[in-house]
Amino acid sequence: MLKDRTAIVGIGETDFAKRLDDTEWGLACTAIKAALDDAGIAPSEVDAMGCFTQEATPEFEIARSLGFGDVHFFSQTAHGGGAACGVVGQVALAVASGVANVGVVWRSRKRGDPGKRQWAGVQERVTDHWKWSRCQGLLRPVDEIAITARRYMHDFQVTREQLAEVALTQRLYAARNPRAIMRDKPMALDDYMTARMISDPLCLFDNCLESDGAIAMVIVRSDDVCAATQRPVYIHAFSQGLSPQHQLMTDFHGDDPLRSSSYSTAANLWRQSDIQAQDIDVAQFYDAFSPMVLYCLEAYGFCGRGEAASFVADGGMSLSGALPVNTSGGSLSEVYLHGMNLLSEAVRQLRGSAVNQVPGARSCLVTTCDSTPNGALVLRGA
Amino acid sequence: MIENIPLPETDDPVDAPFWEGTRRGELCIQTCLQCGRMRFPPRPMCPSCQSGASHWQRVSGRGRVWSFAAPSSPLLPAFEKMTPYVVALVELEELPSLRMIGAVLLTAGGEVSGVSAADVHIGAAVNVDFRQYTDDVVMPCWVLA
Repeated sequence: MLKDRTAIVGIGETDFAKRLDDTEWGLACTAIKAALDDAGIAPSEVDAMGCFTQEATPEFEIARSLGFGDVHFFSQTAHGGGAACGVVGQVALAVASGVANVGVVWRSRKRGDPGKRQWAGVQERVTDHWKWSRCQGLLRPVDEIAITARRYMHDFQVTREQLAEVALTQRLYAARNPRAIMRDKPMALDDYMTARMISDPLCLFDNCLESDGAIAMVIVRSDDVCAATQRPVYIHAFSQGLSPQHQLMTDFHGDDPLRSSSYSTAANLWRQSDIQAQDIDVAQFYDAFSPMVLYCLEAYGFCGRGEAASFVADGGMSLSGALPVNTSGGSLSEVYLHGMNLLSEAVRQLRGSAVNQVPGARSCLVTTCDSTPNGALVLRGA
Repeated sequence: MIENIPLPETDDPVDAPFWEGTRRGELCIQTCLQCGRMRFPPRPMCPSCQSGASHWQRVSGRGRVWSFAAPSSPLLPAFEKMTPYVVALVELEELPSLRMIGAVLLTAGGEVSGVSAADVHIGAAVNVDFRQYTDDVVMPCWVLA
């Protein structure tokens, strides 16, 4: 079993901003070097690499920029926002099994420029599964989530005021995070309720930021952790999930389109984990769109079906709540880096060094995009 | 960024019969020859019995709105010009898990543009209609019953 056999011993981040001058290649190098420095490991020791299929810079350019040695494992994980935990988990499996010894994972993205919106690059003719939705007018991911959000709100009598609490709580976290892009932009319920719709019923503040930056992490075997210089966060449990009829962004053709791949991931994650949902101290739920936080609260067993909105509206995801969630401000208010910022925040929480520190946090659940094939990790502090 | 609405490729052998059907004004669903189960979107193998043999069965075109979205800016130029419009995920009468996405129209032969979220509700009965975009592309859309 993978359980606790590997640990994250380094995290590195670039600045986060609406626009950074450096290239994605350069930002990736900066973040990886910072993560290796944090771990006290030389680039020449790295022999495993993991990234997103959507990463623009190939592994060899990263390796030959940073001065890696002979690399023996490289993998890429698909499905955009569903990938981050898979990237970490796959490199952890390679390191735990002895295929390699020192792994780095990263995501570098310049998404602040509106021209980089993926949907804006759609071609005149659509050849793949998108032909059944993009052409008909569900052009953007937000349109697909608007479909499930409206049905969810209808089935469980959820109000916009309740949904607003996701964005409002995360903005409060961001206000105390000097690295958060929205740190100086306080938001009140009235701001949310009067914001323009992007895809009714979802408004501007239900959408993640469009931002530039890079984040990297270093993974080693737990036996190789240097107790004197490193602060390990153990990879306790890992799973990916792809439910039977799921497509890239939706499960519209399954028996229950509200029952996403997260339910598949959760069952297999908890099966392997000594730490169960009721034991989790803090969670980082992928939040490209605010309803995903509600979906994850239910899929991973923190709330019953349809109960997450009340949980959030009652302060459940705040620092004093039953389960603090997205404590850096998350993708809605810190930075949107395809969820890698949720992983680095998880590491800070378990090191006891987060700006919105959950007192005594020993365990953190990290999930990736609810609406794609996805993955999740249970991380454990030393 | 393209100026027009993106259109589906219609000559892929996996789903070409669907588009041949819409050009005739018929909604046809891929159906397994071995076990008889219908499936959508089309694919080469039946997930129930793993048969590769299928035929295309015309369905009633009646359905209900499972949910819908009303997109607004920022959009592709062609969609910006159409706002307000509503796109629905429709459950077909023949099998609820057969869900299909399409624009909502207020009247048969009507326009996609000019439909607001307030005009539509979850559970609304709809009937299929067909809109021609090019010689080969005729897309199903949904008229409120």
